[in-house]
Amino acid sequence: MREKVVLGMSGGVDSSVAAYMLKEEGYDVIGVTMQVWPSDKEYEEKEGECCSLSAVNDARKVADKLDIPYYVMNFKDVFEKKVIQYFIDEYSIGRTPNPCIACNKYIKFGELLKKANMLGAEYVATGHYAKIIKDEDTGRFLLKRAKDDKKDQTYVLYNLTQYQLSHTLMPLSGYTKDKVREIAGEIGLDVAHKKDSEEICFIPDNDYGAFLKKRIPDKIKEGYFVDMNGKVIGKHKGIANYTIGQRKGLNLALGKPVFVIDIVPEKNIVVIGDEKEIFRSELYAKNINFIPFDNLKGDMRVTAKIRYAAKESPATICPYKDGVMVKFDSPQRAITKGQSVVFYDRDIVVGGGIIEDIY
Amino acid sequence: MEDKKFVYMDHAATTFTKKEVLDEMLPYFTEEFGNPSSVYSFSRATKKAVETAREKVAKAIGAKDDEIFFTGGGSEADNWAIKGVAFANRKKGNHIITTKIEHHAVLHTCEFLEKNGFEVTYLPVDEYGMVSVDDVKNAITDKTILISVMFANNEVGTIEPIKEIGKIAHEKGIYFHTDAVQAVGNVPIDVNDMNIDLLSLAGHKFYGPKGVGALYIRKGVKIDNLVHGGGQERGRRAGTENIPGIVGLGKAIEMATSDIEGHSQKLRTMRDKMIKGIQENIPYAKLNGHREKRLPGNINFSFSFIEGESMLLLLDQKGICASTGSACSSGSLEPSHVLMAMGLPHELAHGSIRLTLGDLTKEEDIDYVLDALKEVVSKLRGMSPLYDDFIKNGGK
Repeated sequence: MREKVVLGMSGGVDSSVAAYMLKEEGYDVIGVTMQVWPSDKEYEEKEGECCSLSAVNDARKVADKLDIPYYVMNFKDVFEKKVIQYFIDEYSIGRTPNPCIACNKYIKFGELLKKANMLGAEYVATGHYAKIIKDEDTGRFLLKRAKDDKKDQTYVLYNLTQYQLSHTLMPLSGYTKDKVREIAGEIGLDVAHKKDSEEICFIPDNDYGAFLKKRIPDKIKEGYFVDMNGKVIGKHKGIANYTIGQRKGLNLALGKPVFVIDIVPEKNIVVIGDEKEIFRSELYAKNINFIPFDNLKGDMRVTAKIRYAAKESPATICPYKDGVMVKFDSPQRAITKGQSVVFYDRDIVVGGGIIEDIY
Repeated sequence: MEDKKFVYMDHAATTFTKKEVLDEMLPYFTEEFGNPSSVYSFSRATKKAVETAREKVAKAIGAKDDEIFFTGGGSEADNWAIKGVAFANRKKGNHIITTKIEHHAVLHTCEFLEKNGFEVTYLPVDEYGMVSVDDVKNAITDKTILISVMFANNEVGTIEPIKEIGKIAHEKGIYFHTDAVQAVGNVPIDVNDMNIDLLSLAGHKFYGPKGVGALYIRKGVKIDNLVHGGGQERGRRAGTENIPGIVGLGKAIEMATSDIEGHSQKLRTMRDKMIKGIQENIPYAKLNGHREKRLPGNINFSFSFIEGESMLLLLDQKGICASTGSACSSGSLEPSHVLMAMGLPHELAHGSIRLTLGDLTKEEDIDYVLDALKEVVSKLRGMSPLYDDFIKNGGK
């Protein structure tokens, strides 16, 4: 019997082409769209449709075209708890979370994998740009950078466990985005030219401030911008609206470019300063996951990146308290609490964790 | 997939169109295409066909011919009845009474009216999904212009005390609308005996075509027109008629109401066998809805520790079409508002499944589905941490 795989389908070009490739490879593919957004009356009225219906329609069309079974599954409750609530909690204490990492850990490779097992499927598959290989010497599964460097998504996948990696397929690993679009066009998928989504899926208009204000109105309190000496230089709209290194949207006219250099949730203040103040060399990260091994024994040379869009930079990591201390060879711009730091050994993902403190 | 078996147990969602119905419809797509509004004699056939269908619908519910208005389905009829009466009687009052367990075609229409200056009371129901006649009485104010209570609930099949509610409405001079989409063909209906002023019905629930329905409007009821335009449907719902659909609706309702008792007795026997089978073979299963005052083909159970959604997918793999009765247009499932209104905890409302029997159901399907249910429930419970905890705690 052919091996069964449950593929997460968003209606976008990547997961659609992934469906096609899996089918070509001889898998028994079941397409699933995860319904994750809470219903939002306002959004429904504005867009005239309910809960990301257009994504569902696009995914269903692709499934019909490829003649694979397709289901919409409800993950709203668990998404609300593990992703949205986490997102809100982090922002409300002045940190900047990455909800996609939480979603991958708990939803796509957690809950969806469980549902896949329920449907008798050994694997989940996604349209991520990353590669999973088995190290025959150690028997461990490794996560490797995708062929398309520009699209590489290993950063958001560092949390995957050995169990998850061994039950995951990523059929796009050997392709560039351009090639994927080309394939989509060749097989006649309407989604071939659909725009890449870059926003956080549950905040389609990208207005975090408004979203947080709606969800936690009591916690978004106005406060003061202060300079490094503690002098008040203006009023802010609530700490949740800011992130380290931010320059735009501060509405401060100080005659020179200024940046958010720190957020102090206990005092509800946002500290403003020169750009040079946001370059730091050391950080402490917690909630660590390692992929090629279970625990870090001593110092290790890696390249590390401190946010999705950051460049990797050489660093040394070593065990420290519950986590890892990361010492960069050169200072990094705007290291931010709540973001993830991810370590690489050339093309291999060593692991990563959540930034807890910066020195 | 691996099993090619096909067992359709979702007759409350929709039914197939009967061959006899289709046969009557077919000529009106091709040779009999005349516009009923035209003057020449060629059009007389279509005009006559529409009026014959109207007579059949009227007869089926004890109404007069000129009280039947064809619509584009059940939701349209519900929308028209509620908005049409609300806006036409605005000067009299702005209060509407309905229930928490109505179909969304009623609930969302009422929510729309709330945004437009109307006040709506959503009555609760008891644990069986039954509306209390006293609650209706107590909710009436001097501003009440309309009471809308469904004849039978689409999810749990509970049949409401329509005649009694209608009586109260009439004593107070308030219009009474009922969404009878699930009831027609399953329960005998007489609009006069039951004190009904407006009644919605839809063809595809009783082996007629989709996209056609009707609204019964008692003579004298003040209601706004729905579609402005030509003189069709006495000017109340303009637009050239859906002749094949209307013909099909007429034939289907005639067939569906010709032997309601025989039809429902057959379904009841199979229904009761299934209910008994589930109760005897699957532990921690709760029957939702009323045991007796229930649509003859409706079975609705909540299974503790598991999700209805997962059950549906596994049943689908065995070729069984079931539902939970409440699906968002995306096809993703929400906890049922009906079960929540009946006081079920969130988990049980999420773990419900609806099987609705009809003309496609055969005796042997009952056994097949029972076996499948047993297997699916035990498989899912085997994967459920909730069930695991429950067993570890000695079934507490």
